[in-house]
Amino acid sequence: MASASADLIASSPLPLRIEGLIKRFGELTAVAGVSLDVNAGECMGLLGPNGAGKSTLIRSIVGRVIPDAGKVTVFGEPADSPGARMTLGWVPQDLALYPRLTCRENLESFGLYHGLRRQALKSAVAWCLDWAALQDRADEPVKRLSGGMKRRLNMAAGLIHRPRLVLMDEPTVGVDPQSRQRIFEMIEKLHGEGMSIIYTTHYMEEAERLCDRVAIIDHGRIIALGSKDELVDNTFSSRSQVLTRFANAGDGVAAWVKQHGGVYDAGAAQFTIEHASEIARLLDAAAKAGYELADVSLRKPNLESVFLQLTGRELRD
Amino acid sequence: MILSVVRTGLISLRRDRGALALSFILPIAFFSIFAVIFGARRDTTPKVDVVVVDEDRSQTSQKLIQGLESEGSLRVRLRPATKQGVEQPEYTAETGEAAVKAGEAPVALIIPRGFGENGMSFGGGENKAAIRLLKDSSDMIAPQVVAGLLQKVAITSMPDVMAELGSKYMDRYAGGFTPEQRKRIDAGLEQLRKQPPARSGGAAAGGASNDAMLISVTTRDVVGENKHSPMVSFYAAAIGVMFLLFTASGASGSLLDEAESGTLDRVLSSHVTMGKLLAGKLLYSGLLAFSQLVLMFLWAWLVFKLDFLPHLLGFVVMGLSTAFAVGAFGMLLASLCQTRAQLGPLSTLVILIMSSVGGSMFPRFLMPHAMQQAGLLTINAWAIDGFTKVFWRDEPVSHLWPQVLVLLTVGVALFAVARRLARRWEYT
Repeated sequence: MASASADLIASSPLPLRIEGLIKRFGELTAVAGVSLDVNAGECMGLLGPNGAGKSTLIRSIVGRVIPDAGKVTVFGEPADSPGARMTLGWVPQDLALYPRLTCRENLESFGLYHGLRRQALKSAVAWCLDWAALQDRADEPVKRLSGGMKRRLNMAAGLIHRPRLVLMDEPTVGVDPQSRQRIFEMIEKLHGEGMSIIYTTHYMEEAERLCDRVAIIDHGRIIALGSKDELVDNTFSSRSQVLTRFANAGDGVAAWVKQHGGVYDAGAAQFTIEHASEIARLLDAAAKAGYELADVSLRKPNLESVFLQLTGRELRD
Repeated sequence: MILSVVRTGLISLRRDRGALALSFILPIAFFSIFAVIFGARRDTTPKVDVVVVDEDRSQTSQKLIQGLESEGSLRVRLRPATKQGVEQPEYTAETGEAAVKAGEAPVALIIPRGFGENGMSFGGGENKAAIRLLKDSSDMIAPQVVAGLLQKVAITSMPDVMAELGSKYMDRYAGGFTPEQRKRIDAGLEQLRKQPPARSGGAAAGGASNDAMLISVTTRDVVGENKHSPMVSFYAAAIGVMFLLFTASGASGSLLDEAESGTLDRVLSSHVTMGKLLAGKLLYSGLLAFSQLVLMFLWAWLVFKLDFLPHLLGFVVMGLSTAFAVGAFGMLLASLCQTRAQLGPLSTLVILIMSSVGGSMFPRFLMPHAMQQAGLLTINAWAIDGFTKVFWRDEPVSHLWPQVLVLLTVGVALFAVARRLARRWEYT
């Protein structure tokens, strides 16, 4: 019996399969040959700085961008097919709502656009209002809602047709910490119910908290893919990180950092070490080279460290 | 410091092309349109079409017609335009009246039998054969012009008739002429009859149509004679269409709002395609425009006694055709613009110019001929013509086909262009 279920799962089409996706805008290659699979019930993070190509990738999946090459399938169907549209939900980065309509009217409108009618529409609206904790404000025009409430409604509108795969494009942009916490809980609830999610962000802590696997994107390419632990292990193994700032950073400091196996960025450097005793050697070498280290700390590597290590740049550049 | 504020304002204005257009292009465009209409040079003065029916066929009536034809401000029509190379018969009293009713000319003159014998006299009270002036009272200018020119032509272009008339008065009131005097007068009259009519170019001042004039004229409204408020239906349509255009462009602007906010992307990622979305917006704009027309005509009915209910079918036909055309026009304007901020000045500019040329601000018959023709390029002109047929001329719905055909064709064409332009929103 267990074997039969496993076979069924194995033969079921993946929620999302991207193969060799390329999108160019003139001279700029926004997505440069991305291939990615998202498994059933998985929350996949797309982590990268602004301009890395995350939104273009998302828009290609929802059919708003025509790729120059490659293929995207949603549960085995082409991404721009009616079948894919029914199983795919999209929470855009912008507040894509009708400001003069109430929360309920917005949800009803998008439900109707997705083909929901009568009881199905009514229950979908009720579910969305409950999920987004907006029942009390259901009949309030959107323009009177707080920023956090608008964000939650924006997410709910993307789920009105109860998709099996949802793409969330930086849904926490511009919200206060309290609202962000509420949004995390909403996403975790969806995840707990088995929905497949793609979550783009340039906040490392969001990816670490919410995502089963993370694809790190830079310059339109996936440069690393795996769970947080896998990414850290693959990049740093058992090594730790030494973070330091230079009090007297001169022209040659970047070259000096590189010579000692570190990564230099904006007055700060990051070194990886195997043993704590290596810190003393590093300080000694810096002193001999005439550099004064203003601050030195030791930490366990995280996704941000991975990104810096792989790209030489901070995640929030 | 003050100059710094001025500098900031100038830089902002320079970057805001819409505000620039409204500040400088619109006033010049409006000034030009008004100057052409009301301050026209001599060669662009509008001519008045006048149908002339000669039932008398006397030398006097022919002289009168020649005199009218020589008037620069009149376009005398003795017969309808040639159809498919076949010359049409001359107007009769019936066909002349029908031509006025159909709006082919604002005035018809019927010269009755006996006019040559007893058509003119000084002072009233005599049994003159009065010329019948049939007019369309929606044109307040043309009948006045024709009536005045008629009297002028009698004086300037018919010296023989005048002299003969003087001779008759001499006979009647001063005991007549001697046979020798009579012979000389008759010879002089013969000479006068051979003279061509005096050439005249000036438009006459307003005339009066009463028995005290040299030529007796009886005037009758053949269009609008039973109307409560002659110009109400015209202005209900004229003002209505102009505001319909503004409403439709504003309603279509929601497309730009949605594009700017990202809502359009979300909508297009659902089952709604761009074609369906635009069709929905067109239907919405059209319904809004039609509702506006209904309200306007209901108001005209209730407050200004417009004959609304008897013309309901014609109103619905014209209202729906007009609403469709203006809805499509709004879609085109919206799809031409990148932002709502661009749409505002552009729509104001285009709609005000269309409305002034198309007859929404003042009737097209006041305009020079070329501008009247240019007006046919606007939705306003066709819509107003159609509503005028319905409410003013009491024409049956079947007569509305030219206006309906043009409005529907224009609507389809504008929507097709809007659909093509909207492809830029469809995919990246």
